[in-house]
Amino acid sequence: MSEQLALLPAYLTGHVQLTLVALLLGTVISVPVGIVATRVRWVEQVVLGAAGIVQTVPSLALLAIMVPVLAAIQVQSIGYLPAIIGLTLYSTLPILRNTVIGIAGVDPAYTEAAKGVGMTQNQQLWRVELPLAMPVIVGGLRTSTVWVVGMATLSTPVGATSLGNYIFSGLQTRNYTAVMVGSVAAALLAQLLDWLVRVLEEGVRFRRRGLVAAALGVLSALYLFAGVTLARQFVGEDESERIVIGSKPYTEQYILSEIISGQVTVETGLNATVLQSLGSTVAFDALRSGDLDVYVDYSGTIWATILRREANTENRGQILDEVERLLTKDYGVHVVGALGFENTYALAMRSVDVQELRLKRISDLVPHASRLVFGSDYEFFGRPEWVSLQARYGLSFDREVTMDPALMYQAVAQQDVDVITAFSTDGRIVALGLTTLEDDRNVMPPYDAVILVSDRLVRDRPRVVAALGGLVDAIDVDLMRAMNLAVDEGGRTPRSVAEEFLTGRAATDAHSR
Amino acid sequence: MIELQALTKRYGEHVVVNRLSLRANRGEVVVLLGTSGCGKTTTLKMINRLVEPSDGLVRIDGADISALPAHELRRHIGYVFQGVGLFPHMTVFENISVTPTLLGWTAERIRRRVDELLDLVELDPAVMRARRPSELSGGQQQRVGVARALASEPNVMLLDEPFGALDPLTREQLQQSFARIRTELSMTAIFVTHDLVEALFLGDRIVVMRDGCLVQVGTPRELMVNPVDEFVERMFGTPKREAQMLNDLLGPGEQP
Repeated sequence: MSEQLALLPAYLTGHVQLTLVALLLGTVISVPVGIVATRVRWVEQVVLGAAGIVQTVPSLALLAIMVPVLAAIQVQSIGYLPAIIGLTLYSTLPILRNTVIGIAGVDPAYTEAAKGVGMTQNQQLWRVELPLAMPVIVGGLRTSTVWVVGMATLSTPVGATSLGNYIFSGLQTRNYTAVMVGSVAAALLAQLLDWLVRVLEEGVRFRRRGLVAAALGVLSALYLFAGVTLARQFVGEDESERIVIGSKPYTEQYILSEIISGQVTVETGLNATVLQSLGSTVAFDALRSGDLDVYVDYSGTIWATILRREANTENRGQILDEVERLLTKDYGVHVVGALGFENTYALAMRSVDVQELRLKRISDLVPHASRLVFGSDYEFFGRPEWVSLQARYGLSFDREVTMDPALMYQAVAQQDVDVITAFSTDGRIVALGLTTLEDDRNVMPPYDAVILVSDRLVRDRPRVVAALGGLVDAIDVDLMRAMNLAVDEGGRTPRSVAEEFLTGRAATDAHSR
Repeated sequence: MIELQALTKRYGEHVVVNRLSLRANRGEVVVLLGTSGCGKTTTLKMINRLVEPSDGLVRIDGADISALPAHELRRHIGYVFQGVGLFPHMTVFENISVTPTLLGWTAERIRRRVDELLDLVELDPAVMRARRPSELSGGQQQRVGVARALASEPNVMLLDEPFGALDPLTREQLQQSFARIRTELSMTAIFVTHDLVEALFLGDRIVVMRDGCLVQVGTPRELMVNPVDEFVERMFGTPKREAQMLNDLLGPGEQP
């Protein structure tokens, strides 16, 4: 708990920076546009239509899509910028719609009276229509506030620090304390902001100077805080000094990113920033554009999803060479080397069953398959490996069950299913008494973990690249499994496991000298 | 002085006000009287350009009103709305001071004027200034409405069925207050109503309208004595017939 709370200042600051700025921009854009929309018919239809479409895009996709868009126009493509654009867009609809409804809903008796006492169009808007529409507009702002605070947790996969860091990493590493801290903090922040807006509105409406001053005071303090911390991040950041390490959203990646960060610091004395829980293609795109400097990916993933190659004819070494060559040539991304283990799909079963049925290879499973239940995640059932697995081995199970990858291991151990597609480095394979079968017909492409670095790092920071070279072949599959298990089942944090790894190596180095 | 010359309003084929000409002299209250939909409110709104005329001319103190920007014209015409029309988000003080503020009066002058007007409409300034319209009775609201219309010391006033929505007792009180105020200020006004008794009591002259046309103009007495047609005769006969009905109902022994 205290370990998690120590992260709160950084995550909460990130969250406040995102939410407050998005809401301010959303209001500054939506209210004037909403006013114009009440005056010009076609504007109303166009903007409400556009805002409505934005709203129907799933929020995570809206944020993720900003990454390639921003990369295409050559600006910062991960981190604060894509998140703030996505959140601002998302915040507009309720404010816009309520501005239009609020102004259109003003009783015509009052607008006629406003004309009758001699107001110009503008005076009518400022003195009568806006004040009368204000409760409705503020209602929209309050809806946006709650939405944006919630949606800001989804900024984590595009590389912006937020309370979502707790939730994404917590769910993956089964650290429910982290999930709870993140969710509670987000809920409290939403309540606080909503309450401040409400107090401010009531203060204005009922002319309570004290209330207005208090609410404005707290809000200004929050904005000042967000502004100052943001300014410090952007102004204080020297582009050439920055080293950013990425991780995808699962335990192994959290550990590896911390190991890389530690290795860089130990070997070069430089500080690196870790961006957790990035979306898979987000990380690669960011590496290409130079917004990210280092992350670990897997040869088979790059082979299939980035290079779009068919699997299987090449062996492990050939694929690795080809990946390295093509990434450098076509993408300006460099491969430092392989870490020394593979994280592939492997068929896993209860060890007792494996012994009883005398299984060693997947081929041995074929005659028994019709009596067995197969469990896997939705992603696997959509991959070419699943098709090949059935076709090449002639495998046909009694039935197939789709389940969450984090739950598969428990399910097979408890005999809910009989065979699963385990990730070969998952510590739970050993811990839960499971055994993996050899892929004797090479259906699964090799998934060697490789360190990828940006062109920028190779050019400007050869020392860092050299330091990363020290990790090549440093982690075998047993070690990776043990480290994953320490986090998933042992309740350790990725960072402490990474630190232990690095100190262990330091000790071994000293010993061998 | 207000002059209308062949004032006409058409919506497509439909003629709402048809070549209406009339004149309210300085210090005179002219009542537009007619049934609902006869064009009396439209006529009134053309005088301060809430409705733009299709044809014809309006002059106030000799000047063509289309020469001024509409909002400036309206700042010098007091207008009392049907229903109420007070701004619900403003206090009584703010409602009354709207037009003077738009005219750029000093705060001190506005403050004095508001108190003076509240006294005039028989409301206690100290009590009423800070109230919201929602905290006032219907009669009090319409008194504030009259005060607001008078705020910029306009030369002419337009009143659109100002007391129509009030209960009979309150209406009578307001009519009496208005009669006193118009005398005190020697007000030039056009007053729209469909209530014959109100027209007789408040109007120096009455204009009877039907289907957008002027039927007859005259003092209350002239209209009572010399109606031009059956319509006017029947309309002005109503109070007598009602008095007769009351008499029959109560019987001879119970005359008050």
